[in-house]
Amino acid sequence: MSDSLLSVEHLSTCFDGPRGRAMAVDGISFDIRKGETFALLGESGCGKSVTSLSLMRLVPEPAGRILSGRVLLGGQDLMLLPERAMRKIRGRRIAMIFQEPMTSLNPVLTIGDQIAEGVRIHLDLRGAAARRKVLELLDAVGIPDPEQRIDEYPHQLSGGMKQRVMIAIALSGEPELLIADEPTTALDVTIQAQVLALLRDLQARTGMAILLITHDLGVVAEMADRVGVMYAGQLVEIADREPFFAQPAHPYSRKLFESLPNIEKRDTALATIPGSVPSLTKAFSGCRFADRCAFAWTHCREVVPDWTDVGDGQRARCHLLELRFAARERAEPILPAGTHQSAALHRGRLLEVNDLKVHFPIQRGLFQRTVGHVYAVDGVDLKLDRGRTLALVGESGCGKTTIGKAILQLIRPTAGEVLFEGDDLTRLHGETLRRRRDAFQIIFQDPFSSMNPRMRVHEIIEEGMVALNIERDVQRRLERVRQLLSQVGLPEDAGDRYPHEFSGGQRQRICIARALAVSPRLLVCDEPTSALDISVQAQILNLLKDLQGDMGLSYLFITHNLSVVAYLADEVAVMYLGRIVERGTTREVLHEARHPYTRALLSAIPEIDGAGEEARAVIRLQGDLPSPSAPPVGCHFHTRCPEAMPRCKEAYPGVSRFSVSHEARCFLYEQGRDDDNEG
Amino acid sequence: MFAYILRRTLYAIPILIGVNLITFVLFFVVNTPDDMARMHLGMKRVTPEAITQWKVEHGYDKPLLINDAATGLDKLTDTVFFEKSVRLFVFDFGSSDDGRSIGEDIRQRMWPSLAIALPVFLVGLLVTITVALMIVFLHATYIDLLAVVTLVVLMSISGLFYIIGGQFLFGKVLHLVPVSGYDGGFNAIKFVILPVLIGVVSGIGSGGRWYRTIFLEEMGKDYVRTARAKGIGERIVLFRHVLKNAMIPILTGVVVVIPTLFMGSLIMESFFAVPGLGSYTIDAIHAQDFAVVRAMVFLGSMLYVLGLLLTDLSYTFVDPRVRLS
Repeated sequence: MSDSLLSVEHLSTCFDGPRGRAMAVDGISFDIRKGETFALLGESGCGKSVTSLSLMRLVPEPAGRILSGRVLLGGQDLMLLPERAMRKIRGRRIAMIFQEPMTSLNPVLTIGDQIAEGVRIHLDLRGAAARRKVLELLDAVGIPDPEQRIDEYPHQLSGGMKQRVMIAIALSGEPELLIADEPTTALDVTIQAQVLALLRDLQARTGMAILLITHDLGVVAEMADRVGVMYAGQLVEIADREPFFAQPAHPYSRKLFESLPNIEKRDTALATIPGSVPSLTKAFSGCRFADRCAFAWTHCREVVPDWTDVGDGQRARCHLLELRFAARERAEPILPAGTHQSAALHRGRLLEVNDLKVHFPIQRGLFQRTVGHVYAVDGVDLKLDRGRTLALVGESGCGKTTIGKAILQLIRPTAGEVLFEGDDLTRLHGETLRRRRDAFQIIFQDPFSSMNPRMRVHEIIEEGMVALNIERDVQRRLERVRQLLSQVGLPEDAGDRYPHEFSGGQRQRICIARALAVSPRLLVCDEPTSALDISVQAQILNLLKDLQGDMGLSYLFITHNLSVVAYLADEVAVMYLGRIVERGTTREVLHEARHPYTRALLSAIPEIDGAGEEARAVIRLQGDLPSPSAPPVGCHFHTRCPEAMPRCKEAYPGVSRFSVSHEARCFLYEQGRDDDNEG
Repeated sequence: MFAYILRRTLYAIPILIGVNLITFVLFFVVNTPDDMARMHLGMKRVTPEAITQWKVEHGYDKPLLINDAATGLDKLTDTVFFEKSVRLFVFDFGSSDDGRSIGEDIRQRMWPSLAIALPVFLVGLLVTITVALMIVFLHATYIDLLAVVTLVVLMSISGLFYIIGGQFLFGKVLHLVPVSGYDGGFNAIKFVILPVLIGVVSGIGSGGRWYRTIFLEEMGKDYVRTARAKGIGERIVLFRHVLKNAMIPILTGVVVVIPTLFMGSLIMESFFAVPGLGSYTIDAIHAQDFAVVRAMVFLGSMLYVLGLLLTDLSYTFVDPRVRLS
C-alpha cells in the first residue's frame, strides 16, 4: 500500500521466565497508514503493550526478546538498525506515551527539563531557543500558564496535566507516528475526554498517525479509523471502525461487546467468556480461542485458522467464517436472570446516612497546629433499602471512598449519623461496634493488595467467622468455606491455596466470599471491577447480581463507571467534591440528568453505539477537580460549569425536586425556572 | 523549614534524656559504685575502707538519685545522677579514672579518628557508586555476573583479614607504609593511607551490591522507559535520570553515619594503633574506665540522633516532592 507508514510483518516477541518461554506476541502483522488512528484492542496480557514496545525496540531485556519479524517504517526495517540509529527513530519518527502519567515522568527533573531533552536531541535547539520551543509545546498541549509550569516538578501537576506533559514530550520530535499505550486508562472520564480531544486535535494539525493501545471499546469507537483485536498474542480481527462496530466478525470480538454492561441489559445476565486466557508458554495446535468459544468444533482445536476476508476491509481468523457459517446470526442464548426480582420481597430501610461529614485536619508548623481541613465528605445524606443497590458515582478525589469507609466506621465521621437497622453506628464503640460488623462488609478495588499474601484462602475467608464467633466448630466452619467458594464460583480446593495463585477475577471472588462469610446485610463495593478486564468484570457483576437475588443483599456500589451503574444500580447518587449534587433512580439520573456535572460526566463517556457519528456533543469540562481543602465558594462546581451564573459564586444551591426520587442541587432549577424546558 | 528543624530538635531532647537514663541505670544501678570500686581495687585489697575511699576520690559517694541529707535544690543536684549523667548534656564529661579530663581527651583524639574515617567515607562512597554504575551499565552481561560474584566474595571476607593482610603485604613485605602508628601534621599521611585503603576496599562488597540493586530498581521504572522512548542514549539515561533518582535512597542511607564519623572505628584504630576515639573507647573498656565509656555511649547516641535529623533534612534537598510539599 502506497500510503502505508508503518508495516509490521510476522513480529514475534517472547519473555523467558521460570515457567518457560512465553510468546507474548506471536507472529502478528498489520499496517498503519499515514495520518490514521489504528487501535489495538485487547484485554490484559494479550500482548498489545509488548507489541508497542517491540516497535520501539524497548522490550525490557534480557527477559524479553524480539524473536523475528520485520517492522518497516518508510521501507526501512527497524529491526535491522543498529541501536545508535534506532535512537534517531525513537522520539523523532515514532514517539510514545504511556498509561501511567504519574510514574512515567522523572520525579526529580522539572517538566521543562524533560521536554527540553527531546527538543535538544531532535531539533538541535539549545538555551533560550529550546525554552521557547518548550513553552510552545506546553501551550500546544493546553497547559495553562506555561511560563510558570515549565519550572514545576511532575508531582505538582494533576494526572491529566502530566499526561499532557507526556504528549508534549512526544510531540517534541514532531513524529510521524505516536504510539499511545492506554493513554487515558488512569484518568477520570472528564479528563479522558479532554486528553482524547487533544490527541484528535493534534493529529488533525500535524497529520501524524496514532497507534492506540487500549482495552476500552468506547475509546476505540471515539478515536480509531481501524481496529485490530488481539487475543493471546495474536491478532484475531482487523477491520475499519464502522463495520467492526456494526458487526464484529470474530467470536471473541463479539463476546467483548456482549459482556459490556449497559442499561438495556439490566434484566439479564451479562454474557461472559468461560475460562481464562490460555497460558502463552504452551504450544497451540488450533485456534487459541477455541477452548472458550461457544461455536468451537473439532476442526478449531486442530487447525490454526487463517485470515478470512469478510468484506469492507474486515478480516478475522476464524474457521466459522471460512465455511460461511451463519455464526453471526447465532448469538449465544443469554440466561434470563430469573431470581433477580425476588429481592423486592424484603423491603424496608436498611441504611440511612444523615448529614455525614468527614473532615481531615491539615497540620502545619512547629506544634502541628491544625491550619485547615480537607472536606472529603461534607454533609451527605443517603438512603438504602433492603435488597437494593445504591450507586455512588464520582471522579477520583470526590470523597466517595471516604463515605464508604465512614459508613462502616473504618474512618470515624466528623459529624452526622449513620443509621443502620435503626442504630446510629457513629455512637457505637469498641466491642459493641465490633459485634455489629457481621452485618456490613466491604469489597475493595484492588483484589491484589486487599488480601494478606501469607494466608491461605480458607484462612482469609474464615477469619471473620472466627473473630465474630459465628461458627465455632472447625469442621462446620470449613464446610461453610467450601460452600462459600462454590457460591462465588471457585473450585473447592481453592481454600488450600494462596491468593497469588489466582487471577484478578478469581481474587475478587475470594474477596466477595470473605465478605459473605459473616452473612452481612450490607455490602459496600468500592470499585470492585475497575481493576478487571471487561469479560471478567461481566462475571463479577453477574455474581453480585445473583447473590443479591439469592440473599437479598443491599449494595452501596462506589464507582466511576456509569455503564456499570446503568446495569446494576437501582438508585444513583452523583458526588462532586464531598457533596451529592444529584440523586434519583438509575433511569432518572442517566436519562434525565439535570445537574450540569452529571450531564458532563454522561457526555464524557465514549459511546459505542454512536460510533462513526461525529455529532455527539461532548460537554467538555475545563480544568481539574479543585482541592477539597479549599472548595470554591458558592456552588463547588461553578469553576468548571459551562452554565455558571453570577449567583453560583455566592451560595451553595438548595435542593430542587423533579420527582419523588429525583433531586439535584443547582440554581438552574430554582425559583420558578421550570425544569421541563431543560433537556 | 525552620519550624521543621526546630521541631525535630525538640523531639531529640526526650530521646537523649531516655538514652541518658538508660545508660545511668546500666552503669550505676546494675553495676553499683561498690562493684566498680571492687573491680578497680582488685580482689586483694578490697576492704570496706578502701571501697569508701575509692568512691570518695571518684565522686561516687553520693546517693544515686535523691540526696536526703542535702537541702533545697541540692537534694537533686548533689547526687551521682546529676553529677555524672545530667552534666553530659552540657558536654561536661568529667574526668576519667586516672584523672584526665575526658572532654580534653575527646577534643584531641577526634582528629586522628576523622583523618581516617572521613576519607574512608568520601572515597568509599565515590568508589562504590562508580563500581555500581559500571556494573549496571554492563547489566545482563557476563561481566555483570562476574562483578556480582566478586562483590559477594569481597563482602564475605572478614574485615580483620583485610587489616592483617594489608599490614602484612604493604607494611611488612613491600615496606611501602608503616605497619601501624600515628603522627601529627603532614606526617600523618603515610600512617593514614593504609587504613583508608582497607576501609574503602572492605566496604565495596556490601555497598556495591546495595547500590547496584538500587540502580537496577530505578532502571526498571516507567520514567526510564519514557527517557529511552525519547531517543536518549543509555549513558545519559543512566547519569541524568537514574543517578539523580537513585541518589535519594543512597544519600539518605549514608547521611546518618556522617556525624558518627567523629567516633572513629573501634577495630581499625586498635589495629593500627591510631590514637583516635575508637581506640580510646576500646582502651577504656579494657581498663574498666566507666566514666569514659559512659561519655562515649552518650556522645555516640547524640551523634546518631543528629544523623537521623540530617537524614530527614537531606530528603528535602534531593527530593523535590518533599521539598515542595
